[in-house]
Amino acid sequence: MIAAMRESAPQLIGSSGDSLREAFGKALVELADRYPSFVVLDADIAGGTGVHHFRKARPDRFFQLGIAEQNMMALAGGFAATGAIPFVTTFAVFCLRALEQARLSVAYPKRNVKIVASHPGLDVGPDGASAQCLEDLAAFRALPNMAVVSPADPLEVAQATEAILLHDGPVYMRTGRSPARRVLDADYRFALCRGRVLREGRDVTLVACGVEVARALDAAALLSTRGISARVVNLSTLKPIDVDLLVDCARRTGCVVTAEDHSIIGGLGGAVAETLASYAPAPMELVGVRDVFGESGEPEELAQAYGLTGLHIAEAAERALSRKRRS
Amino acid sequence: MRAKALGALETTEMTEPSSETITARAIRIGALLSIHSAGSGHPGGSLSCADLLAFIAANELKWGEADATSPDRNRFVLSKGHACPALYAAAAQAGLIPRRQLLSLRKRGSPLQGHPNVLDLPWVETSTGSLGQGFSAAIGMAMGLRHRGSRARVYVMLGDGELQEGEVWEGAMCAAHYRLDNLCAVVDYNKMQSDDLNANIMGLEPLQAKWTAFGWNSVELDGHDPKAIAEAFDAARACRGRPSVLIAHTKKGRGVSYMEGMPLWHGSVRLSDEDLRTALADLGASETFVASYFSGTLWR
Repeated sequence: MIAAMRESAPQLIGSSGDSLREAFGKALVELADRYPSFVVLDADIAGGTGVHHFRKARPDRFFQLGIAEQNMMALAGGFAATGAIPFVTTFAVFCLRALEQARLSVAYPKRNVKIVASHPGLDVGPDGASAQCLEDLAAFRALPNMAVVSPADPLEVAQATEAILLHDGPVYMRTGRSPARRVLDADYRFALCRGRVLREGRDVTLVACGVEVARALDAAALLSTRGISARVVNLSTLKPIDVDLLVDCARRTGCVVTAEDHSIIGGLGGAVAETLASYAPAPMELVGVRDVFGESGEPEELAQAYGLTGLHIAEAAERALSRKRRS
Repeated sequence: MRAKALGALETTEMTEPSSETITARAIRIGALLSIHSAGSGHPGGSLSCADLLAFIAANELKWGEADATSPDRNRFVLSKGHACPALYAAAAQAGLIPRRQLLSLRKRGSPLQGHPNVLDLPWVETSTGSLGQGFSAAIGMAMGLRHRGSRARVYVMLGDGELQEGEVWEGAMCAAHYRLDNLCAVVDYNKMQSDDLNANIMGLEPLQAKWTAFGWNSVELDGHDPKAIAEAFDAARACRGRPSVLIAHTKKGRGVSYMEGMPLWHGSVRLSDEDLRTALADLGASETFVASYFSGTLWR
């Protein structure tokens, strides 16, 4: 039924605001005076990650490390050992390149380093598969001591930037390349380790992070026209995961759909599945990139082609619902 | 250092915790005892760097002094983390850990992990064991210290095989770019790595020319000659505007007749009782000392 709506579905590209990366760069400038101990490390990609704003505002606390991410990552661990709080900034794929440095020199010694990665997922668009990181949440989530955060919109990025700065320990945070829709109200308050219910519902829970939160809200709107009441959760902290909220969702709605601009292996879907399998098993559908690489194209085109739109999430919700009814 | 009289060891070097007694011979003996006790560990590269470590621990660090945890302390990172038996032995000499603890190397629950972990032993400064990373972390420390206006210095020891890691040359460019004259790298150039000679695995020469071309103040020296070592560290301390690298020519397995120059003793190996007895005899340990180790009464 929902498949038939594809043709007439409204274009939900929405009002384009700041990208998440821009919001991050501006947040660093805002926070600079209040938090004199943080510094920003860059690997020749400041314009791409948004930290060019900080470079301009606080050149004394900006360190250019050149195109050498492995050195930058391990160096950040040493820099943190002298009392500073380094933000390591680059593209998500290059964080994978420095994954082992993040493991031994940041996560293992619990260094107070904040790794902030732009250009995650198919949201990268025209740069194609080499830059579209679909594995970072899985990889960084697997590192002990590492918190993993993926905010949904510019407002949440700004709040999360301050929250991870206040958290004593290593953090991996995703921003995003493309202009992002505002999905959170002005009174929204980010809390590390907590998911947030953005819309109440009875029949199914849609759990999303990053750019997929806006699409999950689209899906809930579509589902309501079909008489299906969907709860929408913004799970911007993937680790440590909000177990209580997820258990509550599974018990209240009986089935769960996850949505992420990431591989369905090991990211948000994996994290939710691991949690529910232990505490509250329920039928689940995972919306995400299905174990393939991306390609060049506009983000919305790619979301269509790879099954990440609100419609896809709504269809997954119908599948989850039918499994709930059978069980 | 190696000329000390037989039998003197257990009464001086191995008993009084003070920076005056951090000798290369005591480091070698401590490293071999711990590796024997563990049943595994890397003796070759522990022995080759012992003279350098003895100098650094006794002269460049404030180990054993009150300000060992000061934010402005000099720091030492063992980037070739597999040589930690030597580092632990030096620390035991300085009184940072009880000597008896050396015999817990690599055992469950021991702070003496198979590779150094800073959460277990704060004075190792950063966790190492994956080659190249300790070097980058040391550069980060040097940058961080400068950023906070500290005059403290950072020393980092690399293995020669480690120089095959691309990360090392990323770091070499970076330290020169930032003119980190508070950083001194030491290359334990024993010419051998896990499987074979460096030259047969992946040649490093011309090594000094490489560092010089990367913008470093580079000094070649005999890494077993205390006078040459002291002079090289003086030269590094005096250099302004550039990081320094001391390319120390050493011998793998130095001090133990059957290990010297044998790549076999690089890897994590089991030392038999007989191996250890021969090694300790080569290093001039007294029979009483050796007997006390084997009877389990040493450092009780």
